[in-house]
Amino acid sequence: MLSIRNLSVSINGKNILRNFNLEVKEGEIHAIMGPNGTGKSTLAAVIAGREMFDVDEGEILYRGQNLLEMKPEIRAREGIFLGFQYPVEIPGVSMANFMRTAMNEKRKYLGLEPLTGAEFLKIMEEKKKLVDIQSKLTNRSVNEGFSGGEKKKNEIFQMALLEPRLAILDETDSGLDIDALKVVAKGVNKLRRKDNATVVITHYQRLLDYIVPDFVHVLFDGRIVKSGGKDLAIELENKGYEWIKKEAGIENAA
Amino acid sequence: MKERLLELFHENSALIRGQATPLVNRLRQNALDRFEKNGFPDTGNESWRFTNLEPVLLTEFAFDFQNQSRSLDIDKLFTCDVYDLDTFSVTLLNGWFVYKHAPLTRLANGTVIGSLAKAMEVYPDLVDQYLGKAVKLEGSGLAALNTAFLQDGLFIYVPEGTVIERPIQLINIVNSNVPLFLQPRHLVIVEKNASLTLVHCDHSLTHKVSFTNTVVEMFVAENAHIDHYKIQNKGRNSALVTSNYFVQKKDSRLSTSIVTLNGGFTKNILDVTLSQPGCHSEHNGLYLVDSNQHVDNQLFIDHAAPDCTSEQLYKGILDDQARAVFSGKVMVRRDAQRTRAYQNNKNLLLTDDAKANAQPFLEIYADDVKCSHGATVGQLDPDAMFYLRSRGLCERTARQLMMYAFAIEIVQKISIEALSQRLDHMVEKRLKGELSICDQCVLHCNSKEPTTFNIDLSLL
Ligand SMILES: Nc1ncnc2c1ncn2[C@@H]1O[C@H](COP(=O)(O)OP(=O)(O)OP(=O)(O)O)[C@@H](O)[C@H]1O
Ligand SMILES: [Mg+2]
Repeated sequence: MLSIRNLSVSINGKNILRNFNLEVKEGEIHAIMGPNGTGKSTLAAVIAGREMFDVDEGEILYRGQNLLEMKPEIRAREGIFLGFQYPVEIPGVSMANFMRTAMNEKRKYLGLEPLTGAEFLKIMEEKKKLVDIQSKLTNRSVNEGFSGGEKKKNEIFQMALLEPRLAILDETDSGLDIDALKVVAKGVNKLRRKDNATVVITHYQRLLDYIVPDFVHVLFDGRIVKSGGKDLAIELENKGYEWIKKEAGIENAA
Repeated sequence: MKERLLELFHENSALIRGQATPLVNRLRQNALDRFEKNGFPDTGNESWRFTNLEPVLLTEFAFDFQNQSRSLDIDKLFTCDVYDLDTFSVTLLNGWFVYKHAPLTRLANGTVIGSLAKAMEVYPDLVDQYLGKAVKLEGSGLAALNTAFLQDGLFIYVPEGTVIERPIQLINIVNSNVPLFLQPRHLVIVEKNASLTLVHCDHSLTHKVSFTNTVVEMFVAENAHIDHYKIQNKGRNSALVTSNYFVQKKDSRLSTSIVTLNGGFTKNILDVTLSQPGCHSEHNGLYLVDSNQHVDNQLFIDHAAPDCTSEQLYKGILDDQARAVFSGKVMVRRDAQRTRAYQNNKNLLLTDDAKANAQPFLEIYADDVKCSHGATVGQLDPDAMFYLRSRGLCERTARQLMMYAFAIEIVQKISIEALSQRLDHMVEKRLKGELSICDQCVLHCNSKEPTTFNIDLSLL
């Protein structure tokens, strides 16, 4: 579904990802872990189409197409979803209006009839239950005044409405209490299908108890230095990152 | 232009004086002298630094010193059905009150609504008591000019204790085959414990050049309440300067909202005197301008008494080469202790060529005051844009949604539900480039081609 080959990314001349490779197939769950500032969110942003980053080298193929040539909205309509590490507050834009517009733009792209107001509201109510959102949302502005945890739940709620093929969840677990974590994980698992895939970016093995990954990758200094199964996450939890650095022959960078 | 106006005054002075009261005619003479001295404002005038009236004055304007609409069947000309609002509506055509039913209407509760020219005949004492008492003639010359030439406009008198439930709507129309210079004069008196909602719409039926130099005087007596809404949707070739003078008495409340959707050259001057304690004064504005449109909002709030509050929030979106000027001055005089004054101006620029000048200004002589002011000029938040696009919204839609969100804060402050909804819809249409200048009311106007103004959303 997704092949990232030899990707190098920089911003303002500062290199962030280098010779990065990743292969994600349908039905798989990948976890990406790694210390702060190593480029995890950058990777997610580049996949979603953020234009402020420069791709210096390499390619990204998504379902056989050159992803880097697509606008962010086309990527979204083609089924890519980014759960933001820091969801953006947009005062004045209502959640319901935003999501209805998003769903209908996607439907139009796919040649489907737009949803009526009533149809949309019905779907919205269903999906709210999935992530246990009580508030009305119809008259609330996007993320405005949401608590940290509510923002993260709201990301999964949007994911549930948009039903992506490839979801990249950037630290969706951080800021969640244990009950909310379970709700979010349950939501993600419910949305799993044989033909979609999920990439979770996280610092904590705890999430991976609920969303069980097929692969765990360790990102360090802009590239993957180690990959393994779900046991790798447990090992990291116990031992930290030092041993990996040594194993990969990386000097302790200041 | 100045010489020509002075000549015109002398040639037509019998017509201009008309049935005005002796006091008004004396005021007129003073004002004329003042205009002769001050002339038109130029960019050397601090309040006109960024707004150049000169090009507007190059046109050979025609004047209309006689009310020709008297004989016109206005209902044949158009039917105006602006909002789903139940309003008492009156019309001014080319500055003259339209005698739809009668020149003056007296409601059962004693309220008088109608033509100022007629009011000078029927209620001379009332007019003499108020006319000219709020206006400041020493300023730009325009208020003096209007006062020298004043003939007609809207007159409203709301007697003590009267609450007018139905908003009064003033529709100000310019329709002429020649470039027209007009100077409507409005006088609004709201007595003690009374309240009034006034909706004032400016628009043009033709695409001919016009210059409207309006002066409004409003008196808000003790514990009285005025809600004033102004909607401006005029053609590109129109120039509109409106000088509003408000005097508030003890515990009165005044709120104004000015929504400028279109206009070639627009300047709104709001001059508010909080003359007695306990007043609240709130002023909101929204301007959406593109192409070469120019809009200038100039506010002066004079806190002359203690325990008053004032708030100003003006927001604007500028596209193409449009230009917006905001100057807001709050004066807190020595006795005006415990003043609360807030002022904010926010601009969203969509192009590099659009330009906003914001000059918030506080002048404080009292010591126990809480004041704040701020001004921002910015672009659409790129993080928010990316967030919206990452959910599948195309750039155009995302921009529209963001602009709408920016603008709608002002519309939501409007307390008349039907008006707020209608404006909400108009703002949305305006931002999509679908609002014509004839859109505001279902005018069967004579222009064949409705002009649309397009804030271009497809760029970038
Ligand atoms: N807009 C930007 N301008 C300059 N540097 C940036 C920008 N965005 C990211 N970086 C830098 O790129 C590097 C990688 O950042 P990134 O956000 O991808 O890290 P991360 O792995 O997601 O970290 P965390 O675990 O803290 O979320 C960091 O050094 C960061 O400072
Ligand atoms: Mg990150």
